[in-house]
Amino acid sequence: MVTELELFVPALSESLFPAGISRYAVGGLLVGLGAVVIYLGTGISAGASTFLESTLSYVSDQSRFQRYVSSRDWRVVFTLGIIGGAFVYALTFQSGVVSSGLYESGTTGQLYDLGGFSLWLTDVQPWRLFLGGILVGIGTRIGKGCTSGHGVCGVGSGSKTSIVGVITFLIVAVGTAQVVMALGVSP
Amino acid sequence: MEQKRHPLFIPLIFVGGLIFGFGLGFSHMARPEVVLNFLQFEDFGLLFVMGGAAVVTAIAFALVPRLFDRAPLTGDTYGRRLKAFDRNVLIGGAIFGVGWGLSGICPGAAYASLGVGNVTILWALAGMFVGAYIQGYWRSQRAATKSEATSAG
Repeated sequence: MVTELELFVPALSESLFPAGISRYAVGGLLVGLGAVVIYLGTGISAGASTFLESTLSYVSDQSRFQRYVSSRDWRVVFTLGIIGGAFVYALTFQSGVVSSGLYESGTTGQLYDLGGFSLWLTDVQPWRLFLGGILVGIGTRIGKGCTSGHGVCGVGSGSKTSIVGVITFLIVAVGTAQVVMALGVSP
Repeated sequence: MEQKRHPLFIPLIFVGGLIFGFGLGFSHMARPEVVLNFLQFEDFGLLFVMGGAAVVTAIAFALVPRLFDRAPLTGDTYGRRLKAFDRNVLIGGAIFGVGWGLSGICPGAAYASLGVGNVTILWALAGMFVGAYIQGYWRSQRAATKSEATSAG
């Protein structure tokens, strides 16, 4: 006998999570693990957005950037690691060389071939990326953190500042994305 | 750097970055479309990326300071990531939110996006450097003016 609940729960889950949850959960655990590896070895709670300012200290004498001189070299290494890790993913799961029941490939954007491997390109328009990027650059630095600094390390630390920061940028981002969609901007 | 670092410091940062970036690729958070689908309520999976990551760090931040005294590669004590709250957290968070909602990309995910082959994301990275420069220039000038006023007074 099939109850209404048995029909309802999978339908709800399908509409909330059309791509399942495992790739998201596994990916998230790995993001956390990467941050923990650095924390365990060095005591540093790494965030991704400080790299923007610390790297500017190589080319600008402004005091705001010079304060990050002592950490700028390892922040470059951290960013190169992030790029490299994503590249390893591209050569394995994204290219279909390695597969797992936990990994669901997506339908977004476009795959293109390079030397037998599948790389990926976004369909989101460059003006959105550039303009959004400017606001992300301003906002994360004024707001003391981004999705990794506040969202992962800060929330993991139980920091009220970070929790308020995350709630603020989440609500505003949802509102913005909804307005952009309502205006018919796509992709 | 004057201070001598442990030879494994930089390699460990790189390994941490590799795992972090692999996770961003695997979770599809490196794809702006997936972030936008989340913000437009079409796929709530992203909650598991942020939630999963925060759970792992929460466990580490709670346990590690009790189990060990000092980090082996720096000799530093283990602290938590606590920053003072002020108006800037709200103002900056709101500006970041508009940018994230418009573009679907945040700094860490942008670096990872480059790694999965998305050269188009260079637009976002260029924008982020421009934005970071604008606020840094402005705040540096303001700090200089303030300290001049203080020393004059």
